[in-house]
Amino acid sequence: MKILICISNVPDTTTKIKFTGDNTEFDIAGVQWIINPWDELALTRALQLKEKSDGKIEKISVVSVGLKTAEPTLRKTLAIGADNAIRIDCEAKDSYSVAAQIAEVAKDYDIIMCGIEASDYNGSAVGGMLSEFLNIPSISSVSSLEIEDENIIINREIDGGTEVLTTEIPFVAIVQKGIAIEPRIPSMRGIMMARKKPLNVVPPIKVEVLTEFANFELPPSKAACKMIDAENVKELVELLHNEAKVI
Amino acid sequence: MSILVYTENWDGKFKKLSFELVSYASEIAKQLNTSAIALSIGEVEENELKKLGNYGADKIISAPGGKLNVLDNQPFSKIIFEVANKENSDIIIFANNYAGKALAPRVSVKLQAGMVSGVTALPSDYDNFTVSKKAFTGKAIANVVIKSPKKVLTLSQNSFGLIETDNNSIIENYSPELSDADFTTHVKEVNKITGKVILTDAEIVVSGGRGMKSSDKWGPIEELADLLGAATACSRPVSDEEWRPHSEHVGQTGKIIAPNLYFAFGISGAIQHLGGVSSSKYIVAINTDHEAPIFESADYGIVGDVHKLIPELISEIKELKEAEN
Repeated sequence: MKILICISNVPDTTTKIKFTGDNTEFDIAGVQWIINPWDELALTRALQLKEKSDGKIEKISVVSVGLKTAEPTLRKTLAIGADNAIRIDCEAKDSYSVAAQIAEVAKDYDIIMCGIEASDYNGSAVGGMLSEFLNIPSISSVSSLEIEDENIIINREIDGGTEVLTTEIPFVAIVQKGIAIEPRIPSMRGIMMARKKPLNVVPPIKVEVLTEFANFELPPSKAACKMIDAENVKELVELLHNEAKVI
Repeated sequence: MSILVYTENWDGKFKKLSFELVSYASEIAKQLNTSAIALSIGEVEENELKKLGNYGADKIISAPGGKLNVLDNQPFSKIIFEVANKENSDIIIFANNYAGKALAPRVSVKLQAGMVSGVTALPSDYDNFTVSKKAFTGKAIANVVIKSPKKVLTLSQNSFGLIETDNNSIIENYSPELSDADFTTHVKEVNKITGKVILTDAEIVVSGGRGMKSSDKWGPIEELADLLGAATACSRPVSDEEWRPHSEHVGQTGKIIAPNLYFAFGISGAIQHLGGVSSSKYIVAINTDHEAPIFESADYGIVGDVHKLIPELISEIKELKEAEN
């Protein structure tokens, strides 16, 4: 069995967001890049599954659509434990084109895992689109994934609870928090080994881009917080009732 | 052309979210001088279906079937695709929730439609079709152009509101041709927490952070939530410490919520936390540290001890409720 993890290279979650070119482009100056947090949890879970699979899971690959600047992030996935990395050599323009690119390399895999969204453009679309391009089952909001013998057992979060599901390989699991609790951190040995693991660069296919960013804005700044004395909780309740009208 | 909106049901019932979606679709239809069509999948009674007409659905299409009472992405997206073709729909609208995120991308590929998720307002331009959405988890707003003839949108919850209209709707049944082979994921067990307000639906959310000190100090938070009909939530360190379940974690990597009122008790307000709650209409913060960043995002704040102040808040609210009765 082979598992593929789709990786987004995203700005560190504490990045101060700025734009350039008359607010048409995200300003990457000084940005630290990380593995998209949900993708990192997916990779962590895949490695756990491989370790207890008794050799049945033979390979864990990662794939990302991006330019050479994405390679340090892919090296990090190799240091964490992925066996090989694939970089599709083009800019990630929109969810549709990214999913179409990944579909080209994903055909040979049994389980494909994607994070529920990327923390940059919050698209929540690539995993679902990929499953449709491949015409295979997809399960979204996956909070646990087990393989028992040949059976796939998945927990899916729903409004106010969870469902337990089964499906057949190949399929796409679109994962959220819970799939793993803490992301795995690369060990020193992992970092050394990562240098020797394959990172293949493949050319992109020709595919249409259906959406584009016209421009960006920063959210309007909020009015100053109204501070209330700790001795006067009654005033807070009155403000919530009469001014905000929310209780 | 037409505007198609997928209205999910929960055990045969719609929610405020469903009516908000129909209101939004109907407003777009009005501006484009076309009709809004709501599509319901699974068993929903006629009386319930009719409610969608109160928010401007011109036609309500129901695809009933016992097997369609649980979400299975492949047959569901097939039905939505077929109905979108039959009705010649150019814009297909979903909620930006579990089901919407699962189905919209699949439908988008079937229709070769550009997709924008988490849209927060009506399109700002119809000729050069432009919608706005939050990006960088609330730290920016992106204006996105969809270039394809067909478009798929998912609407952020609580971003548009409800518009009631006269009900002139008609109801039609649609019987999809599905075989067993079309169903590719199988639900074996459903575990639902009953009697609690669902976090993503809640109008009011009461949330605690590390400042609550330990898991056994959550009584007052639960009491306040009960009193207000609110849901309970927590910050990431709290769920990581397992003081509260992960399903309660709000923030960038947890749930993104948009209630009318959010209480942040003992939450410092790390940027990742704010990403999950910044769409709340009002934020109340109580924290011992007057420099905590949460006060920059809050509307009302008190510097003080949560363990002393929450019980006071409870008794003041009880007094208010009694005075009202």
